[in-house]
Amino acid sequence: MRYITPLKAAEGLGSAHEGTQHHWAMTVSAVALLILTPLFMITVGRAIGLPRELVLAYFARPFPALITALFVIVGMLHFIKGTRIMIDDYFQGGVRKGAIIFSVIFGWAVIAAAVYALARMGLGAIVVL
Amino acid sequence: MVQLTLPKNSRMRVGKTWPKPEGAKNVRRFNIYRWDPDTGENPRIDTYFIDLDKCGPMVLDALIKIKNEIDPTLTFRRSCREGICGSCAMNIDGGNHLACIFGIDEVKGKDVNIYPLPHMPVVKDLIPDLTHFYAQHASVQPYLITETPTPDKEWRQSIEDRKKLDGLYECVMCASCSTSCPSYWWNGDRYLGPAALLHAYRWIIDSRDEATGHRLDSLEDPFKLYRCHTIMNCTNTCPKGLNPAKAIASIKHMMVDRVV
Repeated sequence: MRYITPLKAAEGLGSAHEGTQHHWAMTVSAVALLILTPLFMITVGRAIGLPRELVLAYFARPFPALITALFVIVGMLHFIKGTRIMIDDYFQGGVRKGAIIFSVIFGWAVIAAAVYALARMGLGAIVVL
Repeated sequence: MVQLTLPKNSRMRVGKTWPKPEGAKNVRRFNIYRWDPDTGENPRIDTYFIDLDKCGPMVLDALIKIKNEIDPTLTFRRSCREGICGSCAMNIDGGNHLACIFGIDEVKGKDVNIYPLPHMPVVKDLIPDLTHFYAQHASVQPYLITETPTPDKEWRQSIEDRKKLDGLYECVMCASCSTSCPSYWWNGDRYLGPAALLHAYRWIIDSRDEATGHRLDSLEDPFKLYRCHTIMNCTNTCPKGLNPAKAIASIKHMMVDRVV
């Protein structure tokens, strides 16, 4: 039994003075995704069914490449912050910290892979030209 | 932390079924959660039959009738019997209500199922332990804080500023909202919950209070405030018709206004 007052238990470690930036960043990325998601679907939709060479050439063009890059980067940053909320809701202690680390690494790995793929398609097209 | 199953010592079993009243034609069945800490046994669900022709219209009337006429060991809180004190908050027919202003005829199911407020430690039967809930309320400093010397007569407030407190000051701290909130279930040790945050906003928005920044500072925390995901259970269940979710959203807007 811990002999602490109910008020001390309620206060805990006090305020972290953090959370508003996270909340605002989620709002901003959500609004950005409202615009980017339809643009990305239209962009990718136009490439579906094309031969490989034409797809590579298509994503070497600035608009499809930038829309795809922005969608993946903003989407994964939104994912990282969103999963943080779920992890905070459902896990505690070491599991919580581990899950946060995993989601951040996963999110940035997806961003790196997408940017690398787009750069390779873009640079590849330049080499061919 | 999320719990998908009840702990072993909280699992309920079928309890005693009390006899039906003789000669009664308008009978309704009440299934009521019972737990006595002195026995060391698991909780049970006791069944009572009430002659509605000889009972008041509210669920609290039925509980008082059971206690007076059938089973004096049934334990519950009650005081004002008119929705002002908030004592008789309990889970009725799957929702949190004040038993004194919730009519038996409002129960949609065939039986009237009554449990204590969800996800709180139980003291006995229908009485939850609200110690932590009250301490969280105290932690938001629910009183006027000023630096300016107190005026001779009174702290003046315009009619418009006074109107901003409507829909906030009426909270009776019955805990129906907080105990209906999944975020409060999972993280009630750190998340302040809708009731405490509604009271916090009542003082943040009070034009006479001079500790607005301090109050916002103390709330800015991923757990104290930002566990609210606008699930709206609090607003749906509030027996006084208040809107804690809107109050929490207003606090979040003020937080954003400070940084953007």
